[in-house]
Amino acid sequence: MHDVSAHTDGKMTYFWVWGALLLLTAVEVVLAYKQILQPVRMLQVLLVLSVIKAGLITMYFMHLKAELPRMRWLLTISVTACFFLMWVFFFRDADRILTLGVK
Amino acid sequence: MATVQHVVHDTQGAYEPSLFGTYSKKIGMWLFLASDTLTFGALLVAYSYGRVSNPAWPTPFNRDSIINATIMTACLLSSSLTMVLAVMAGNRNDKAWVRNWLLATMFFGAAFTVLHAMEWTKLIVVEKMTPSSNVWSSVPLFGGTFFTLTGMHMLHVTIGIIYLGVIALRKKFLPVLLVLWALGFFLTPADSVFHLGIHVLLIGAVVSAIVLFLKPKDYDANDVEVAGLYWHFVDLVWMFIFPLVYLMSTKV
Repeated sequence: MHDVSAHTDGKMTYFWVWGALLLLTAVEVVLAYKQILQPVRMLQVLLVLSVIKAGLITMYFMHLKAELPRMRWLLTISVTACFFLMWVFFFRDADRILTLGVK
Repeated sequence: MATVQHVVHDTQGAYEPSLFGTYSKKIGMWLFLASDTLTFGALLVAYSYGRVSNPAWPTPFNRDSIINATIMTACLLSSSLTMVLAVMAGNRNDKAWVRNWLLATMFFGAAFTVLHAMEWTKLIVVEKMTPSSNVWSSVPLFGGTFFTLTGMHMLHVTIGIIYLGVIALRKKFLPVLLVLWALGFFLTPADSVFHLGIHVLLIGAVVSAIVLFLKPKDYDANDVEVAGLYWHFVDLVWMFIFPLVYLMSTKV
């Protein structure tokens, strides 16, 4: 059966993606060393960078970019929906404990 | 009496075309990865909630720990690169380079596991950290969340290395696994957590033997690609664990 993802990127594309992932990792390490951000803000920034890295790995290394759009959208939307449900109350709840304290 | 309708299939393909335009093995692996994403997602949310909401959260990772964790991250990222090169070799039917790139991937994965095991040993033996207590603060959650998250991930990496070994070397991998299990068992101290953990290799050898002997086959490009999906997922999870667990708890 013809596999739609048979036509994939060239070798250099993967090396560029690998380089970008290493660079983003270096940015994260520098941010951690400088410690200029508060824990909640630091977590938000690290999460954004991690999502970008996850996107690069999923789209290029796992070849999701080359799959049919319906497969790509089904996977992305379902997993994102589940994560949204997990995280939607996170920052407000975690922040509330910090500001109101614990009895 | 009800009549049975016989459906005549097209001689060209016995099955209906896939809804997602690809073979079922790959779709099955994607579905498994989606469910595993939720498992790790739940663990990461639980950890992050404890980390952010607790001002007394320990920050034990000094410069050496962060350097170690960064090298581990580089190893996993490099293993993802060699894995995608193995998939490319499989697509052009180059069996020798499929094996070579898979072995390179396994090497980077093993390097990650060894560095991780060394870090665990340092935390347990030197820093006296356990899943329910630590010497830095009164927050017992730190040990539980740290060991659960990183332990689950280490288990996934180990299973991935065994999976790749089966694809690359097939039956020749079984004696390698058994020798590594024996070496690991006799060379680790009896009170080390890895003295028990090394049995994962024995279980892996038994399961691999069942698969290899009950269903012997020449693994093709599709099998390499599906194995690659699992490996990239393992790398992807680490992209979240590294910043959230290590970088959020640095001691500078």
